[in-house]
Amino acid sequence: MPTIDCRELILFLDDYAASTMDIGRRAAFDAHLAVCSACRDYLRTYLETTRLARGLPVEPTELPDALVRAILDARRTPTFGQSSESQ
Amino acid sequence: MERGDPFASGPSTAISEDESLLVGLRAGDAASFERLVRDFGPRMMSAIRRVLSDESDAQDALQDAFLSAFRALATFEGQSLLSTWLHRIAVNAALMRLRSKRRRPERKIEDLLPTFLDDGHRFDPKPAWTADAASLLAVAETRAMVRRCIEELPEDYRMTLVLRDIEEIETSETAVILGISPGAVKTRLHRARQALRTLIERELL
Repeated sequence: MPTIDCRELILFLDDYAASTMDIGRRAAFDAHLAVCSACRDYLRTYLETTRLARGLPVEPTELPDALVRAILDARRTPTFGQSSESQ
Repeated sequence: MERGDPFASGPSTAISEDESLLVGLRAGDAASFERLVRDFGPRMMSAIRRVLSDESDAQDALQDAFLSAFRALATFEGQSLLSTWLHRIAVNAALMRLRSKRRRPERKIEDLLPTFLDDGHRFDPKPAWTADAASLLAVAETRAMVRRCIEELPEDYRMTLVLRDIEEIETSETAVILGISPGAVKTRLHRARQALRTLIERELL
């Protein structure tokens, strides 16, 4: 079985995490992870980072009334609906 | 009548409320337009702020998004929820605004990626943080910290991470939105995650 180092593991960590690599290559990654605590930590915190980004809740905030008015007023401008309307 | 949070409604309730609102919108009823902005705007703004950190830019993008939506109302066929349709328009408006801006000085992605010794071992690995995402996300300060870290990513990488990991848009569609190949999306996403991991590590350790 080919061996890999930390550089290669981290370079292709996304494939490993997504289980998109072939069985032989995955076995090489597993073998490296079994003996390298730094890479195990890296893998765990890489996955936690993705969970943190994905888990961020949508936190709506109230819109300023002036912004609501500006949006509604823009709809009523004579140029609304023209493709050349500036933004 | 108050609609409440339209993004939190069940599917059948939301469809029914969408149809009712669309009747008013297509009739040009001013109160329906105001209801659309007040009910859906806060969530759209939240999505936009994940792409644009500048408040003025975010407000401009929200206005762009609503004007695009108003123009396209006649073609909205109800194949998705109004909330889903508006969310996508908001994200697109934010990306358009981001592209049109002069780029601010930003970090090099390489400065946020791990480095290695000649023998292939990582250079200077730090002790790993131990808290899991669920416990970290339970704290408002940590959520704010994660958002700040995402904002610090170089724009190309931030956009990729937002589209793929936060908006959960497929790689192929993300590639079309960003005008790059699916392979480039994959590479950018992996680098963005590594860079975000580095930034979060610096905050937590």
